[in-house]
Amino acid sequence: MANAVEIDAVSKTFKLYHERGTSLKERLVKAGRSRYDELKALQSISFDVAEGETIGILGRNGSGKSTLLKCICGVLQPSEGEIRVRGKLAGLLELGAGFQPELSGRDNIYLNGSMLGLTRKEIDDVFDDIVGFAELESFIDNQVKFYSSGMYVRLGFAVAVNVDPDILVIDEVLAVGDEKFQRKCIARIKQFQEMGRTIIFVSHSADQVRSICDRAVVLQTGEMIGMGTPGDAVRLFRERLLEADGAPPAEEAAPEVEPGQQGDRFLLRIREVFTSVSEGESPVLESGDPFSVTAVFRVKEEIDSMVFVIEVHGAKGELLLRTDTNELGMATDAPLGEGRVTFEFPSWPLSDGRYDISVGAQSRLGETTYDWRENVVSVEVVYHGKASGLLNLPLSASLTAGGPIVRKKL
Amino acid sequence: MSPDAAASPLPATGDETGARAVERAKPVRVVSARVSVRDRIVEIWRTRELLSYLISTEIKVKYKNSALGLLWSMVAPAMSLLIFWFVFGVVLKNAYPSFVIYLFSGLLFWNFFSTGVSSATRVIVDRAGIVKKVSFPREILALSSIGTSMVFMFFQTAVLILFMVVLQHSPDWHLLPLLIPAVLATAIIAAALGILLSAANVYLRDMSHLIEIVLQAWFWACPVVYSFWSQIQPRLGRLSFVYLLNPMAPIVLTSQRVIYGHTYVHLTTPEHTGIQILPPWSGWSYLLMDSILVVAGLVLLWVALTVFGRLEGNFAEEL
Repeated sequence: MANAVEIDAVSKTFKLYHERGTSLKERLVKAGRSRYDELKALQSISFDVAEGETIGILGRNGSGKSTLLKCICGVLQPSEGEIRVRGKLAGLLELGAGFQPELSGRDNIYLNGSMLGLTRKEIDDVFDDIVGFAELESFIDNQVKFYSSGMYVRLGFAVAVNVDPDILVIDEVLAVGDEKFQRKCIARIKQFQEMGRTIIFVSHSADQVRSICDRAVVLQTGEMIGMGTPGDAVRLFRERLLEADGAPPAEEAAPEVEPGQQGDRFLLRIREVFTSVSEGESPVLESGDPFSVTAVFRVKEEIDSMVFVIEVHGAKGELLLRTDTNELGMATDAPLGEGRVTFEFPSWPLSDGRYDISVGAQSRLGETTYDWRENVVSVEVVYHGKASGLLNLPLSASLTAGGPIVRKKL
Repeated sequence: MSPDAAASPLPATGDETGARAVERAKPVRVVSARVSVRDRIVEIWRTRELLSYLISTEIKVKYKNSALGLLWSMVAPAMSLLIFWFVFGVVLKNAYPSFVIYLFSGLLFWNFFSTGVSSATRVIVDRAGIVKKVSFPREILALSSIGTSMVFMFFQTAVLILFMVVLQHSPDWHLLPLLIPAVLATAIIAAALGILLSAANVYLRDMSHLIEIVLQAWFWACPVVYSFWSQIQPRLGRLSFVYLLNPMAPIVLTSQRVIYGHTYVHLTTPEHTGIQILPPWSGWSYLLMDSILVVAGLVLLWVALTVFGRLEGNFAEEL
């Protein structure tokens, strides 16, 4: 399959001036003397995005995600290397960028559409779709400056997805808008995927990346440190987050850490995770049966206000459940020394399939991750019932004859 | 960023899904620090529709919230026309017949040029929000300033025609087509300067102040309120060509030759002294001058696009 985007050894260096004048006088006076640091925002990044593929870009703030995206969109030019983009590209670097507040929604659709490379006729054709998607029928002739921020964002997204690009580039814009609109956007993105379009997607949300993307790239301080399935990428991303927070990656053989050992730098380690299935006789879990996940941990120093987190992911990486011990009504401090936390499901309500379970320890508000074990255990579930679908809810049916029937008059 | 559909189309592979691939050959855009001027021009041409939107929205926005609407675009030029007429025609008594038409014909082109260049110089910085977030050939922004200024010139032309009807002053009908190369030359030179300065203004923000001052001086180097042939040429003698190196001078002369129409006039003083107000050149020499300007303008435009391309890469970080 052809590549929609080829990123070929792209580097971008920013010059960070300590004190830089932008007037002629300052330039002349300080000619050749302005000091600056070089910031390598991107270092020789190379990867291809195949046509029809959805690729996610993961990274912390300052890892170069946005710079890379801007280069792909052509807003920034790489210092070295080349990006080849095949087909029409619509970039959502910021929703509603390029709107003229003084103009009406209608005029802005035309202006924005033509900025994204559409002809007047093409915009005429999709105009109603855009207005419908943005749900702005009654405001389309109002000046955009009177729009609420939600309306602004809706219009921006509606224009971008309706210009029918071959490649859609989205930069964390889904974080805005209410939940209903977010769902609508995700649905639209899925529709895009079905149409075989290419999507490049940047998100802080590992869950969004996991549920939308085919592949993901992990960036760290301008370097590409990994590329692979969303699951692998998310794992790498989480590990690197931990590393940056001062703890070594989780993979580094926890059991070797003996109590009191000198090199034991971290406050809390999850040493082992097991489930009632891995402990029990049967390798599989009968749907509807009780199930539990236990993590063995060691706390070195007292931590205020921390929680254990559990996540359950489906086979496609979609998040099915995420909760923590605080939400489950437990105290938020960890006992010193060895301990174990058990999450108990009185009944496992999911149907056939394999489910991945991640366990972690975080500060209560989530700003610090003490330890995280991505997809550390998984469970194979069998379902012997007849119902189809993802859930196995306890359910019965009854039939009564002769009850009152209320019929809606047509 | 540049399209290069002709030069480097990716080969369509067999296993590509569906009719979509067949339905349109997708252009390949290359994002890199070096893009040829030819590619830039192709890309600008491809986004020409955006140019017309930018021009029309700029005009709409400019006058949307004002009661008098588009009339405002006439007030500033009308004011300068009035002042010059009062100072030179009434106070200093230069006694040129139909002095208002003489003034107007020169101001028309000068206003086009100067508002175009000065607004283009600011446009990239003013539109930083778009430049940082949306990708399109940025030259379009400078071109839209020139285009907007050209539209205002057409509005002013309507007023000029009204003046001519009222004053019963007819242009030189035979030479009327000369206005086309004159407008073309002005537009190309203004576009080249506008593109160049808009990029420079990103790095040196006081470029926009500087250009205002330069334009002020430049205005007096054009024979708008005085006569080149009767006042400048006798003093410069053989060096007159130096004066004509100012590209706006031949353009203003062309406009006056066509619209004002008379080269030899009798002053409105009681003596009715005859003076050669415009050069006694043939229409062909005007055509030659304007053609040279068009060619020179195109060369300048090429240079401007090259420089712009070099500077453009860092716009998003500098703004």
